[in-house]
Amino acid sequence: MTEIQQANDALESITSVDDGAEQYLSFLLADEEYGVEILRVQEIKGWDQVTHIPNSPHFLCGVLNLRGTIVPIVDLRLRFDMPAREYTPTTVVVVLKVEGVTERTVGIVVDGVSDAHNVKPEEIKPTPDFGGSVSTEFIKGLVSLDENMMMILNVDRLLSVEALG
Amino acid sequence: MSIDISQFHDVFFEESFEGLDAMEGGLLDLDVGAADVEAINTIFRAAHSIKGGAGTFGFMSVSEFTHVMETMLDEMRNGQREVTGESTNLLLESVDVLREMLTAVQQKTETDDERIAEVRTKLEAMMSGEDNVAEDVTETTSEVAVDDEEDGSASQGWFITFRPHQHLLQTGNDPVRMLRELDSLGDLSVEVLDDKLPPFSDLEPEDSYLAWNLTLKGDIPKEDVVEIFEWVDDDCDLEIVELMSEESDSGSTEEAEKQEAIEPEVVEVDASITSEPEVAISTPEAAPAAAPKAAAKAKAAPAPAASSIRVGTDKVDSLINLVGELVITQSMLSQIGDNFTPEMLPQLIDGLAQLERNSREMQEGIMRIRMLPISFAFNRFPRLVHDMTDKMGKKVELKLTGEQTELDKTVMEKIGDPLVHLVRNSLDHGLETPEVRLAAGKSETGLLQLKAFHQGGNIVIEIHDDGAGLNEEKILGKAVEKGLVDAEEILSPEKIHDLIFLPGFSTADVVTDVSGRGVGMDVVRKNINSLGGTVEVVSKRGEGSVFTIRLPLTLAIMDGQTIRVADESYIIPLISIIETLEVKTSEIKRVSGKGELYPLRDEYVPVIRMYDVFNLTPKTTDLEEGLLVIVEGEGQKVGLFIDDLLGQQQVVIKSLETNYRKVVGVSGATILGDGTVALILDVPGLMALYREPSLALVVNNDQAA
Repeated sequence: MTEIQQANDALESITSVDDGAEQYLSFLLADEEYGVEILRVQEIKGWDQVTHIPNSPHFLCGVLNLRGTIVPIVDLRLRFDMPAREYTPTTVVVVLKVEGVTERTVGIVVDGVSDAHNVKPEEIKPTPDFGGSVSTEFIKGLVSLDENMMMILNVDRLLSVEALG
Repeated sequence: MSIDISQFHDVFFEESFEGLDAMEGGLLDLDVGAADVEAINTIFRAAHSIKGGAGTFGFMSVSEFTHVMETMLDEMRNGQREVTGESTNLLLESVDVLREMLTAVQQKTETDDERIAEVRTKLEAMMSGEDNVAEDVTETTSEVAVDDEEDGSASQGWFITFRPHQHLLQTGNDPVRMLRELDSLGDLSVEVLDDKLPPFSDLEPEDSYLAWNLTLKGDIPKEDVVEIFEWVDDDCDLEIVELMSEESDSGSTEEAEKQEAIEPEVVEVDASITSEPEVAISTPEAAPAAAPKAAAKAKAAPAPAASSIRVGTDKVDSLINLVGELVITQSMLSQIGDNFTPEMLPQLIDGLAQLERNSREMQEGIMRIRMLPISFAFNRFPRLVHDMTDKMGKKVELKLTGEQTELDKTVMEKIGDPLVHLVRNSLDHGLETPEVRLAAGKSETGLLQLKAFHQGGNIVIEIHDDGAGLNEEKILGKAVEKGLVDAEEILSPEKIHDLIFLPGFSTADVVTDVSGRGVGMDVVRKNINSLGGTVEVVSKRGEGSVFTIRLPLTLAIMDGQTIRVADESYIIPLISIIETLEVKTSEIKRVSGKGELYPLRDEYVPVIRMYDVFNLTPKTTDLEEGLLVIVEGEGQKVGLFIDDLLGQQQVVIKSLETNYRKVVGVSGATILGDGTVALILDVPGLMALYREPSLALVVNNDQAA
């Protein structure tokens, strides 16, 4: 849980961003690094027992009580057709603000939170077209980090009401 | 130092609509010929408040219209006018017009000027028409026609010395407004007396020091003058002396000039020593300024005004007490927590029990705030019955009982229309004309009863009529004709009665102005169901019908039964559960090898296997190992096959749609004591899911596409 504590502290400390760069929170998913705009992150919390929703798509784990509001939780591994992983108390849920017709709160299950990165808009490269073999509709762009690559997610499209089924 | 007066508009509208309701109620109760003075007084006071408020806020059309009504009521009050059926009806019509005007002002929409003018002319005509015979000729005509006649008949007038006491402004009265109102009565000249004005250093900004000598010329009844000072009677020295006629002639033009010179000064002086006049002055500007802005908004969508609730102070006080207790309990608990030893366990348990009691009382107290007596919904019926029976030539006595039964405000707002529909229905189709009734050996006057009472956790509203009752052959014939049932089908009388709630059903021989216009009982049932309630009818040919509406007390909290299906817990609203039973496999009948039916006394109920409709991995598929919960939704019973009953508790309903979306078969969610979420089952939704399993798949397909 201390890891989560640190991540939340890091979130708190983010106040200003220099030279037009935007900050992204990156997290790991089956050894791939993904990023979301840090201002979209409401909080990072540990795994908690969820309530299953009948007849919902398999990647929707269920709903969670987040201080009185009911928040749906999406397993991103299942969403991206990656092999499932056991949920343990160290499983991390990133709670995001999703904009659509109304602003909604949705949580995503990831393997672990990695870092916060400053990214300038010009550093974001377009997603290459893989044809039909790889679905890239939820990827906004790619960013090269030191030795890694971070895929920036289009949160609003990934977690829209329609996409949650 | 201007105050935005528009912030008080909501209160004004609310109070005015209440006033209108009071007027309407009072008018309907008036006995023709021998009216109770106190009743008329009540009506008059309501009208007077509306007029005053409208004047203050600059809704001149409203205040002018009310003034005419008020004049008529005043005459009734003073015994100068007989209370006739005609005048009562006209006043009722005026109340309607006034309500429309206020609504129009509130929503910044156009008023129906023609109708207003028409009713106003009728009112004026009734007053002037009868004035010839009435004793007090001058008084009434002058009131109506004051604006036109003041120049010609400056034969008399009043000299008024008005010396407000120091605290007048603190009572919320404003001399400037009174002067303005006097001015509207006739030719007013004002002389300000500043002899009491202290040196500037001693000036108290909230006190009033000025006095006035007022000369009011014109053919004005004394009552009108006195009325202006009515509210300040005790807060000033007032002297009203009648003017000699020759005096008024000579001074007329001179005085008018003088008045012009003085009046602005009055305002100015006044403004510098008080804040009140500024309010009055800014009114005319503030209102139009706010109007266009809001009008533009209103055009886009005539959004309903934010609703508010008036709460008795006793309810608020009791809540404050409860909060106090809660704080004490909390501090007691934290004290225990600070240095806890195992010996303190009983103390802790006591404290927790107290906390539970406190929070339950808090919850009840807060829910009570939302509760209003059902008379809010019942109030419109005396008028409705009055108008409709007139129109239809029927005689009906309306009896209301249980008006004090309290109901959640949201439910109340939504139950109004279905109730009106049912009452109209009873009046139109149920109760017969006097001739028919006499021929059937009943009394000439029909009886329509509205009853409200609590039963369990529900509120029950019954609409009784002793009319003709439902005509079963006709209903059945119509249903067969419309293809709603098969001609060969044999239906119990109850089933036939229930047919009237099917969509597109109307048995009215003639589509009247009153009902039978296609908006059927199906809408009534749908609206009531959407509130979580039910409606049913019991009827006996020739003796009448009873419509029974059952509603949950509130929409936010309900009693739930927790159940277990496979590994999941769900909550079934207690209101929809009829009974729970253990079944034997041998009792189950099968229809075409698939559908299962359970014989419950004299009917067959379909069995819905919960794990099936929710696609869960069942713990057991053997009906004998689980339980069958018989539930009712949309007037139909089904049995839900579940694994176990867990417990009953009150649950707070939370929306799933805020962050997710609607789920078929689930009406919402709630948070259990351990912090986990439990889904609340929606019985009609489950039935739909059972009949049409693809409803669940549609969702998944959407997602895949």
